[in-house]
Amino acid sequence: MLHDLSIGALADRLAARELSSVELTRHFLARIERLNPGLNAVITVTAQQALADAARADARLAAGERGSLLGIPLIHKDIFCTDGVRTSCGSRMLDNFVAPYDATVVAKLKAAGVVMLGKANMDEFAMGSSNETSFYGPVRNPWDTTKVPGGSSGGSAAASAARLAPFTTGTDTGGSIRQPAALTGITGVKPTYGRVSRYGMIAFASSLDQAGVLAQSAADAAAVLKVMAGFDPKDSTSVDAPVPDYPALLEAPLVGLKIGLLREFFDGLEPRNAKLIRDALAVFTSLGAETVEVSLPHLPMSVPTYYVVAPAECSSNLSRFDGVRYGYRCESPKDLTDLYERSRGEGFGAEVKRRIMTGTYVLSAGYFDAYYLKAQRVRRLITDEFRAAFEKVDLVAGPTTPTPAFPIGAKIDDPVTMYLNDIYTIGANLAGLPGVSAPCGFVDGLPVGLQLIGPHFAEARLLSAAHQFQLATDWHTRRPRGYE
Amino acid sequence: MSLTRQDVEKIAHLARLSITEREMPVYVSSLSSIVEFVNELSRVETANVEPMAHPLVGQHQRLRPDAVTASDHHEKYQRNAPQVQAGLYLVPRVIE
Repeated sequence: MLHDLSIGALADRLAARELSSVELTRHFLARIERLNPGLNAVITVTAQQALADAARADARLAAGERGSLLGIPLIHKDIFCTDGVRTSCGSRMLDNFVAPYDATVVAKLKAAGVVMLGKANMDEFAMGSSNETSFYGPVRNPWDTTKVPGGSSGGSAAASAARLAPFTTGTDTGGSIRQPAALTGITGVKPTYGRVSRYGMIAFASSLDQAGVLAQSAADAAAVLKVMAGFDPKDSTSVDAPVPDYPALLEAPLVGLKIGLLREFFDGLEPRNAKLIRDALAVFTSLGAETVEVSLPHLPMSVPTYYVVAPAECSSNLSRFDGVRYGYRCESPKDLTDLYERSRGEGFGAEVKRRIMTGTYVLSAGYFDAYYLKAQRVRRLITDEFRAAFEKVDLVAGPTTPTPAFPIGAKIDDPVTMYLNDIYTIGANLAGLPGVSAPCGFVDGLPVGLQLIGPHFAEARLLSAAHQFQLATDWHTRRPRGYE
Repeated sequence: MSLTRQDVEKIAHLARLSITEREMPVYVSSLSSIVEFVNELSRVETANVEPMAHPLVGQHQRLRPDAVTASDHHEKYQRNAPQVQAGLYLVPRVIE
């Protein structure tokens, strides 16, 4: 079936003119129509525009043009601004917001000839680890629709896992690509901070946010990342460094690669999950890699550090939603303060308000030093420990999540328990490091993810390691029942 | 450490968020547990550690040349506004 093919295989068929982008687009639109009602992964379908984009891609192909993504469909997380298409960020606040421009990520992929099928559901303003905070309702995990798909890129992950598109985009502030990728059995890549432009990506925590990709394999992700990455003068934190040819570097052998096992990542990990991770690492050693244990003593502090830094930045970033220039406005405000307070109070959901208030508290007079500056200092300790580890090893490995997907409703009323889902992923965000999650087995029929974290700008090394693992295993080819 | 209802009311006002009577007890309790959770940080010794704001060492906010690069899109942008008149955003009367 078309949805079983890799991006490379689809591009070959399109190039050989055995398949048209319009046919491919119709195939995925039909899957969305049939399968999305059971998942709620896609909240806006742009069928007409997709078919027009596909026809344009076909014309480019007919004229002899070739490209790794030319004519390939995708679904964007609804955090990326898409010119002329509603960009809700999963919030009532932006339910009526039609983006007036494209995010750089969207523009770059558009220029490469991708076809946007629609926009994916997500936790409101990317704040959540279960995709239950969305204004549009929870997303269901295709492996078990009573379970969450993870978050915040839960719609993107479920859509990729159910093959509603060959790949999807996502963003990762504390694990929001890697955690849902792990819980839905797909491959997720969070690049180095600054590698991919944040322009037009609705801001949550600006020193942590990074865009990435959720795909069927590391090879597919490499093809997409090559197009997404690169310097953007419109993002003041974008890094001006050449983009490696990730697909060409996938075949790097694992012989001699030193992988650090993060001791702190195995503390308290459920034995069945721990076994799958150790089995996966045995695959790496059988391919010639070496494993050594490394310890980052301050890593357990990454969750409290994050829950000061991220809410502080969110409190500042979300102050722009004022009910005046765009977004939700309350009915008949009695004065300007009432307009601000009720527009924001009614427009934002419970978790977003909780994070804004946490951030406002830690930044307020009298608490700034004790919380915000303190967290920034601990952030440096964690970052320094990662740097020291990368003097001894080429990358570090461990689980992506403490458990497989949990039931919808199980943790939503207990924020601290929910926050601890990201215990293994947050460290990479605090230190700005790239990370990959790749499927490495199942517990009770639910996928488990292996996480690899590398030094800054080591995306090629991470992708090739994940690719070599995927050549030796077939976890990434498993399909959820009913979505074959 | 536990936050009081008065604390939460003050934070909500600073953040310009209206909180309903029904929501209030939930926020008092959940914000208290979050503050208690992040208080773990106080156990970490950080005496000579510089606060870190940017994840990449040696990267600084870049300045760009002061040149006009964007064109005027105010009509397009204002299509998203709740209320505009003659190119201006309307809000309730501020000065009587």
